[in-house]
Amino acid sequence: MDALLQQVFAGLATGGIYASVALALVMIYQATHHLNFAQGEMAMFSTYLAWSMINAGFGYWAAFFLTVSLSFVLGVVIERVIIRPVENAPVLSVVVVFIGLLVILNSVTGWIYTYTIKTFPSPFPTAPLFGNKFVSSHQIGAIGITLVVLLLLFSFFRFTPLGLAMRAAAQNPVSAKLVGIRVGWMLALGWGLAAAIGSIAGMMVAPIVFLDPNMMGGILLYAFAAALVGGVDSPGGAVFGGFLVGVLENVLGAFVIGNELKLAVALVLIIGVLVVKPSGFFGKVNVSRV
Amino acid sequence: MSRNKLIFLVVLVLVACALPFLVSNYRVFQFTLVLVYAIALLGLNLLTGYNGQISLGHGAFYAIGAYTAAILMDKFGFPYWATLPIAGAVCLVVGFLFGLPALRLEGIYLALATFALGVSMPQLLKYHHLEKWTGGVQGIVITKPDAPFGLPLNPDQWLYFFTLVVMLLMFLFAWNLLRGRIGRALIAIRDHHVAAEAMGVNTSIYKSLTFGVSALYTGIAGALGAIAVQFVAPDSFNIFLSIVFLVGIVIGGLASIPGAIYGAIFIQFIPNIADELSKAAPWAIFGIFMIGFVYAMPFGINGAIRMLLARFGRKAQTGGPGSTITESSLKTKEASQ
Repeated sequence: MDALLQQVFAGLATGGIYASVALALVMIYQATHHLNFAQGEMAMFSTYLAWSMINAGFGYWAAFFLTVSLSFVLGVVIERVIIRPVENAPVLSVVVVFIGLLVILNSVTGWIYTYTIKTFPSPFPTAPLFGNKFVSSHQIGAIGITLVVLLLLFSFFRFTPLGLAMRAAAQNPVSAKLVGIRVGWMLALGWGLAAAIGSIAGMMVAPIVFLDPNMMGGILLYAFAAALVGGVDSPGGAVFGGFLVGVLENVLGAFVIGNELKLAVALVLIIGVLVVKPSGFFGKVNVSRV
Repeated sequence: MSRNKLIFLVVLVLVACALPFLVSNYRVFQFTLVLVYAIALLGLNLLTGYNGQISLGHGAFYAIGAYTAAILMDKFGFPYWATLPIAGAVCLVVGFLFGLPALRLEGIYLALATFALGVSMPQLLKYHHLEKWTGGVQGIVITKPDAPFGLPLNPDQWLYFFTLVVMLLMFLFAWNLLRGRIGRALIAIRDHHVAAEAMGVNTSIYKSLTFGVSALYTGIAGALGAIAVQFVAPDSFNIFLSIVFLVGIVIGGLASIPGAIYGAIFIQFIPNIADELSKAAPWAIFGIFMIGFVYAMPFGINGAIRMLLARFGRKAQTGGPGSTITESSLKTKEASQ
């Protein structure tokens, strides 16, 4: 029983990471209807920025907030400079641009910082919280931060005029333009927000998996799966999906099939869910008009 | 087919036949891989370009084809040419079976399902219960065939010609398939599946069969690729291979038969060029090439060539059925979102 609980908690902790990357994916999807394949690499690059700042003598939280704001700006710049020109290209062409962005970020980071693995500090105490033996403080902290980000996002979209404008721009760009919303900038803001959320996820995952240019590869895959299982147009669904995938991965890996095939089995289960519910647990069901 | 086009094709085939006598053996090997990739890309293009089903996992079918060929040659002593139809048949069945549940999924959800297939394939190949067949992480080494009937060709040149013949047959088959009733049905399903169904197209059968045929093409390409490289190992069929295939068909030109060849040349040679330009960050250069091509030719190389031909006042050549529909239909899809 202890062992099971241990795996469940470990799964919740990694699930928190998947959830925050999934959240970033869903954000961009809602604003642009594209799944950003470069999301993980963007987060990885932000984490390297944070690492440089900490090494240059900044305090952890100073570096944290500086990185989040810098990532926001970078996200906006990427949308304006790289994504803007292909706005009207076919969907698959845009996917290729995302893949291009992914390999560029990965390669450039490896070039600047080399491929050697680096340790990344955690802001949370090393002693486990309340003396429990299941989860480390960092894992609880990571879950807590994911939930705070979700709450902030929800309030932003629900209660602020800017959030309303962003939702309008995503849902009906033409009408939004007619009432004076600058749709182009709303898209850029969406990218900025997603990059900022991604950077938080990166900084939370780096103490666990260590920092290297390929650290986000597997995480992006799980986040992708989490976003779709939850329903790609639902931020809450993305968080739920993230925790679900994390727990499934750990429990199945530890007890049922062993580590060799855990990725494959987790993915098969996810496809199973999708075959029964093609738009995820919380996604909008598309009704097509004849 | 117009007369000019026929002449052009004959010249092209003659050039392709002369090529192995003009360049070094290593280049011949690279061109063999271009032909192999062209078959794989044509398979993916049948599914994604013509039928509108996105696959991010075609590397898996390539792997199945490659392993089928390698296991048959290594464990059962099959001659290399006999492995191709078997590899194709295995992939046809696997592709068809995968296509059945995938019928429920559309767009990015289908992309995820196929992505999952692509990601799990190296893990399955490494799985220790299958090690007896697959050789586990070590993979399987196979020998390169010599030219038969005492032909004065070295093994690289012979394999090139063998691959060229297979490729021409596969292209002919695809061209024939696409210009008739089946091709029109595939495009109708892509452009408006409800309307297609209303006109009596059995969308389920067509979609899952397309999955199968597409997998068959990619599987045969995988078998040829394994014979050319003389080696299969799980990690050469990682998810990146599937992604590179997708990049290839988009850059070559979606829903076009010649686009498969342009895309194959791109994915074979651009990484080499990138490597020569910058030893420090070759993938960054590759990424810049990818983005640059999409900026310059949003409808792929084939689309750009067709636009150029049209501009020079000649009647635009049709690359196959549906290539004229593609651009407008993609635009309307974009507008309706």
